[in-house]
Amino acid sequence: MANVSEEPIIAFEDLRRSFVVRQKAGRVRRRTRVVHAVDGISASIRSGEAVGYIGANGAGKSTTIKMLTGILVPTSGRVRTCGYDPVPQRRLLAREIGVVFGQRTQLWWDLPLRDSFRILGAIHRMANLDAAIRTEHLVERLGLAHLLDVPVRQLSLGERMRGEVAAALVHRPRLLVLDEPTIGLDMISKERLRHFLLAERAEFGTTLLLTTHDMGDIERLCERVLVVDHGRLVFDGTLANLAARVALQRVLVVDLPEPSPDLRVASATHIGSELNGQRQRLAFSPQHTTAARVLAEVSGKTEVIDLTLEEPAIEDIVRTLYGVP
Amino acid sequence: MEAAYFVVARGRKSVSPHSSSARRRAIPGGHVYRTIIGSRIRSQLAYRTSFWLNATTSIAVGVIEFVELYVILANVPVFGGLNLRQAALVYALANAAFALADLVFGQLDTMPSYLRLGRLEVMLVRPMPLMLQLITSDFQLRRLGRAVISVVIIMVVLPGLDLQYTPATVYLLLITPFTGAAIYAAFFVTAGGLQFFLISGEEFTAAFVYGGGYAGHLPGSVLIAPLRVLFTFVFPATVTAYLPALLIMGLPGAEFLPAWLGWFAPLFAAWAWLLACLAWRAGIRRFTGAGG
Amino acid sequence: MRTYLLLAAAEFRRFSTYRLAILAGVFTQSVFGFIRVSILFAAISEAGGMLAGYDEQSASTYVWLGQALLAPVAILSWTEISERVSTGDIAVDFARPVDLQLAWWARDLGRASLQLLARGLPPLFIGAVTIGFALPQSWTAYPLGLVSLILAVSISFTVRFLVNLIAFWTLDVRGFVGLYIVVGSSLCGLLVPVHLFPEWLRIIAYATPFPSMLQSPIDVLSGYALDAAAVAVVGSQVAWLVFLVGLARMVQWRAAQRLVVQGG
Repeated sequence: MANVSEEPIIAFEDLRRSFVVRQKAGRVRRRTRVVHAVDGISASIRSGEAVGYIGANGAGKSTTIKMLTGILVPTSGRVRTCGYDPVPQRRLLAREIGVVFGQRTQLWWDLPLRDSFRILGAIHRMANLDAAIRTEHLVERLGLAHLLDVPVRQLSLGERMRGEVAAALVHRPRLLVLDEPTIGLDMISKERLRHFLLAERAEFGTTLLLTTHDMGDIERLCERVLVVDHGRLVFDGTLANLAARVALQRVLVVDLPEPSPDLRVASATHIGSELNGQRQRLAFSPQHTTAARVLAEVSGKTEVIDLTLEEPAIEDIVRTLYGVP
Repeated sequence: MEAAYFVVARGRKSVSPHSSSARRRAIPGGHVYRTIIGSRIRSQLAYRTSFWLNATTSIAVGVIEFVELYVILANVPVFGGLNLRQAALVYALANAAFALADLVFGQLDTMPSYLRLGRLEVMLVRPMPLMLQLITSDFQLRRLGRAVISVVIIMVVLPGLDLQYTPATVYLLLITPFTGAAIYAAFFVTAGGLQFFLISGEEFTAAFVYGGGYAGHLPGSVLIAPLRVLFTFVFPATVTAYLPALLIMGLPGAEFLPAWLGWFAPLFAAWAWLLACLAWRAGIRRFTGAGG
Repeated sequence: MRTYLLLAAAEFRRFSTYRLAILAGVFTQSVFGFIRVSILFAAISEAGGMLAGYDEQSASTYVWLGQALLAPVAILSWTEISERVSTGDIAVDFARPVDLQLAWWARDLGRASLQLLARGLPPLFIGAVTIGFALPQSWTAYPLGLVSLILAVSISFTVRFLVNLIAFWTLDVRGFVGLYIVVGSSLCGLLVPVHLFPEWLRIIAYATPFPSMLQSPIDVLSGYALDAAAVAVVGSQVAWLVFLVGLARMVQWRAAQRLVVQGG
């Protein structure tokens, strides 16, 4: 719409959404209570930003997404996406945004993948040539060429998610919203997707709004993080600030060949041992060091048979945000 | 697919639930539908046996639904004031109307499962009216087969009736399948709108969608009085074929069902569509939480 | 034996959670019931009050019993087994210590019992308070009727089971299911009593097991077929059941062979 550079691409003003829930209280009676899924969120996102939107399950993430994409009407407050009021101007908005739902598909299940792209091109009223060129570009960047004739229902999860992202971008939207896109994906697929999104953003300046449970997604893709808990925004700032405030720690779990005493290394803190010290957990702060450094120090002291890296859990982050004075 | 344009273009109440300004522009539904149809035909033809089986089943359904009328009229000479040939005309017209409505709007009966699977939310994020997306979301060859067969049935039935082909008769014969289809289509849309409110909606709406279809195929005068009123003035099933057929054949009607009502079929269709649009809009508002 | 009872009970519980569906189904059934009553009343009045042994009262009984028994007898589609064949889950079923056919049979009886209560009683109630219908003249109708009903459900199950087993031989069962529904529902006495069929159609109908799924229990329960006639009806049902179960055993055995050969 007008003045892209000045007007935020997404704006929430005291956004609220409540649901009435009927529950059984006893054998026959029903109790109704009101659930405030979104309880007064205010924020604005500028064009070109990459924002991560995180929170525990049920914190209100999906509800917010639904309100800004035109699926759900706010109970009160305002939301503007690309300058439009999402629900009344749903179809106008749909031309400017692309949405990827992690749990639902927007592709045509029984048809070959290429048909989905063709149909979407038609729905968005793109000229045939334009749609074909754009599809070609996306297919190449996401490595989908050999899958174009495969019916969508036969694709693996990783392949399908790449297809979903391509489908959401066919019409070159200004804003791409992703709702849990990496859920259930293996590391390689996740990396591919993240790499693609970074490249796409770099080339086209697409604004990115991403909800996820995976902090790795946030680290790779987002400069800004919004943390929501019980419908309220508890943090809005850069990832670096979040890491500092929450003292984000990752945990390296190492398996040793035989029971050993607690490891002491300079760059990490020992936080636990299992199996008499055969498995040990070392926490370190990713701001100050890397997993590789810690591993190197550990390897200097003992042999390491196997290792795992744990990301900070969202729940822990939220708890810390509340607990930090 | 042409019928989709036809219904919208006839200036009836818009079935699009959202902004009216977009209605005037060209709807991309045609191109989209063509792509889907093409894909479906290809994939359904790939399963040769089941395609023919499906096709024959459609034909069989049409014929077997006629069995009831045939059996009754094998026992009594006149049923609802009509003999076999006359009842067959009512049946044929209703069948054509229903088949056409089913061809265009039949996909709406998958709405309950789409709702459960969350497919509707995905549709809302596309720049296309929700109704149009739903009716083009799939294409069943058997529906086309049924529609074609229904025309054949009319061709078979007409000669045996020795009709006077006046302009009025010809007009009625041509328009009745379409006004009938419009009415049945309105039932489908009403049912669709109600799915947003009811959990097992399809069980409930079958009462007037398929019940209405059932009633519409019969000589309306056999219906007991309360049903007659229900299926004429609320869900105008008797107007889809019975009343126009009376006019075509020059027969009188019955209590609450005078033949001349048949001339007002387009009005009844508009009424049915009014209900349908109300139900649909209410349903969408409920779904997007605008109802509170 | 106990296993089968447990399976039946579990299926009973499963269906009882669909209460709203049941309510909606009852409403629709009533509408269809009234339409069918209209049709028969018109035909009977045209015939001077009596048609093929039915007067208005007995016609009403026929319709409401038909609506009531429709759900338990379940002539309409059910493709769980064929779906399990296409996904390959069927191998698990065969590996279980309970016999496939008997297990599903027990479950079907459980489902039918619930639906008899949930969807069977309401139409009867509605029929009774609106149009009214006649009760059978002899007390033997009740026990015989119950037996007939159990046989009807079992016959219906066995035929559906056989249709499902076709999945072992072709990929797409839907066409066959569709054909089964169409032929079955027209010949079972769902829309009009089989007794009204013209001679040639009646012969065709009785050459199939379909009338014994619906028409037979209705005849016995309504008292249309009394005492000796009722016993004859039940007898023919038994004959059909024995034949079909035998057929199903054979087909199931062949299907199991096929599974082994194909390696699942």
